[in-house]
Amino acid sequence: MMLEVTGLAKRFGGIRALDGVDFRIDRGELVGIIGPNGSGKTTLFNVITGIYRPDRGGVAMEGESIAGLPPHRISRKGIARTFQNIRLFPNLTVMDNVRIAHHPYVRYGPAAAIFRAESFYREERRIREQVEEYLALFSLQDRRKELAKNLPYGDQRKLEIARALAACPKLLLLDEPAAGMNPSEVRKLMEFVLDIRARFSLTVLLIEHQMRLVMGICERLVVLDFGQVIARGIPSEIRKDPLVIEAYLGRGTSSNS
Amino acid sequence: MAILDELLNPYWIQIFQHACVVAVSALGLNIIFGFTGLFSLGHAAFYGVGAYTAALLMKSYAGAYGDGSFLASQAAFLGSLICGGVAAALLACLVGLPVLRLTSDYLGVATLGFGVIMKVVLDNADAFIPQLGGARGMTGIARMTSIPWAVLALSAAVLLVRNLVHSTYGRVLVAIREDETAAAAMGIDTFRYKVIGFTLGCSFAGVAGGLYAHLYAFLHPSSFDFFKSFDVLMIVVLGGLGSMTGTLVASFGWTFLLEGLRVFLPPEYIEFRWVLIPVLLIVTMLLRPQGLLGVREIPILQSRVNR
Amino acid sequence: MENFLQQALNGLQLGLVYALIALGYTMVYGIVRLINFAHGDVFMVGSFLAFYAIERYRLPLPAVFAAAVIGCGILAVVIERVAYKPLRNAPRIASLITAIGVSLFLEYFTALHQVFGPNYYAFPRPFRVVSFHAGEIAVTNLQAIILAVTVACYLVLRFIVYRTRVGRGMRAVSYDVVTAGLMGVNVNAVISFTFGLGAALAGVGGVLYGIAYPQIHTFMGIMPGLKAFTAAVLGGIGSIPGAVLGALIMGQSETLTAAYLSSTYRDGIAFLILIGVLLWKPTGILGKPRAEKV
Repeated sequence: MMLEVTGLAKRFGGIRALDGVDFRIDRGELVGIIGPNGSGKTTLFNVITGIYRPDRGGVAMEGESIAGLPPHRISRKGIARTFQNIRLFPNLTVMDNVRIAHHPYVRYGPAAAIFRAESFYREERRIREQVEEYLALFSLQDRRKELAKNLPYGDQRKLEIARALAACPKLLLLDEPAAGMNPSEVRKLMEFVLDIRARFSLTVLLIEHQMRLVMGICERLVVLDFGQVIARGIPSEIRKDPLVIEAYLGRGTSSNS
Repeated sequence: MAILDELLNPYWIQIFQHACVVAVSALGLNIIFGFTGLFSLGHAAFYGVGAYTAALLMKSYAGAYGDGSFLASQAAFLGSLICGGVAAALLACLVGLPVLRLTSDYLGVATLGFGVIMKVVLDNADAFIPQLGGARGMTGIARMTSIPWAVLALSAAVLLVRNLVHSTYGRVLVAIREDETAAAAMGIDTFRYKVIGFTLGCSFAGVAGGLYAHLYAFLHPSSFDFFKSFDVLMIVVLGGLGSMTGTLVASFGWTFLLEGLRVFLPPEYIEFRWVLIPVLLIVTMLLRPQGLLGVREIPILQSRVNR
Repeated sequence: MENFLQQALNGLQLGLVYALIALGYTMVYGIVRLINFAHGDVFMVGSFLAFYAIERYRLPLPAVFAAAVIGCGILAVVIERVAYKPLRNAPRIASLITAIGVSLFLEYFTALHQVFGPNYYAFPRPFRVVSFHAGEIAVTNLQAIILAVTVACYLVLRFIVYRTRVGRGMRAVSYDVVTAGLMGVNVNAVISFTFGLGAALAGVGGVLYGIAYPQIHTFMGIMPGLKAFTAAVLGGIGSIPGAVLGALIMGQSETLTAAYLSSTYRDGIAFLILIGVLLWKPTGILGKPRAEKV
């Protein structure tokens, strides 16, 4: 068991953003969370990663409760994420964006940095080599000195995933990774997600609007509507589930927006 | 030779030392605001705490420097400078723990308020420690600050900031400035590092304050009111937030401009000094909103591990 | 008890003048997110305009107010055009620095002999101040006028903000500048108007302050400006009733501290209250908490 969410609830004023959400993910799974706009998907991510405290319910990572912990503690339990509206460090270089993620693993103290001890150079060299690997994986190595804000949109998305991977997570949360991509880019992304999952033995939870992506690669789906789980199962079942069809089509919204 | 004589006259030597002191303090604010992105309008208060602490210690416990050896008095001076820095750091930590929960402009207002409170405390300080002089000012401080001390302190400050900024700790501070939420999601304890950045920056102000006290041998609370915090802020922004080079250029430029105008303006126009300075400030800001140097650095201050 | 009520009355008088200045801070901040440090100096200019209107031109009181209101309004609009507008898309700190620059410029430029001059000037009383006694408490006609004028200004302001076209523009711009522009609001005009309106109120405050505390000089705007700004933050910057509430608290804390503790602690206590309130409510008493969209 990688992640277990039980009875999770969160409200903002009078709005029940999450209303008793339950699901579990096993090690190595690739699970998709879908649901119409405003169904609580991103709130779910924000509660899992500690940006919001849940009002009720539990979140357990590898059997250990993490609900209510601050974000950095949760991150160190092995959960990394990307953001729906891309949150890079805009005025840092591509290289530094990825290097930041190594911070929790850096083995030199402030004194070593100030006096430029041998350990500082050794560690910085190690970090640098690892960062280069991640950048190469995403074909970003030639842009390493560019500022993140100057990257084209697609590269920003990639860089954000690279940064998340550099934090050495066990569980990777991707919030609409295919947003703004064309079909061929989506196809490449699908292959890519499968590839990194295998390479880093990850468990992946992804929010997605594009049915093509979710149906294509997710082994299981969890469908949210009005903060509640209305269906869960394998994609072929979900596709036929009347509740899901109503949630998506009953309100006249398009399913691949 | 005439120019050299002019440059070496005691007046300009003092101004040079003052510029070094200002630069140390401004580098501290650059850590806080430029690198970590914490809007502080109370920097002068920490400068004042360092100044009064160092001066008091030097006056009370190094009283033997009249007949003591040169080395002993210099060592005592170093000790009191460090204590000044530590006092400012302790206070910064104490103030920072509650106040750094606030964000952006609210943090600025709270630190501004703290600056005003510190000024009131200093004005009334003679009530609990008579030697501090309160609103009458503190006199009888030895003139210990010299060119070597000023240059040494500034070099140490520059080196420290450079080495720190180009390490994982500096990157953490900048990441917090850029996007606190994303930084936290990357496993960074953002609040802890905000307190650390703030405390470190304020300790620079404390050391600079100690140097200032022993440069002019007189302290008055009005030298540490919120206007003086604005002065440092202007220097840091003028130089370019997050640029050490910019801070150095602006510190020296600002200090020498203020004194230069005092000397070179004809006496009948001397009151135009503070009319010209704001005009220059406004024009500079309109032409270079990102500061004179933006985020550029001279090569020696750039990261070597980066390439 | 009588003494306390008397002091509270004096505190109210001060708080009302602060409120007139604080409203300008809060409106400008609400609309362009700028701490307009020059606002206190605009208030000072208002006092001096009133001083000249009475002393040199012997104008009647309504004309004195008109001179201060129009003069300050024009000054603020010019300041906005010259020093803030070009920096609207620059980092926010840039316009804060020019605001400090404008503030210094106004103080030192007007202190020149050729302008207002560097001295303290006795502000002439345009009418005789008389006290009415209610038991042990003395109320002056001046206090009554300050109360009446401030309340009138507040009502006019609320009318403008909530009942007029330009007020709707102000609310739209404060909510979202870009969208307001796209919806056809003339953003530049609204921002200019806001600066002018805030300054006009500061002008009224300048006249009242001169009458109530009749000694003026070109640096007189610094502390009231700072206090009024603090008041605006205390009440919740961006909130109009908040500015008034904060100003009344500031006026009371200052007067009562001076009366019962020591006038040297006056500023310290006021800011202790501010910091305490911010720690309790990080966006001020009536400020709306701002949730960040993640």
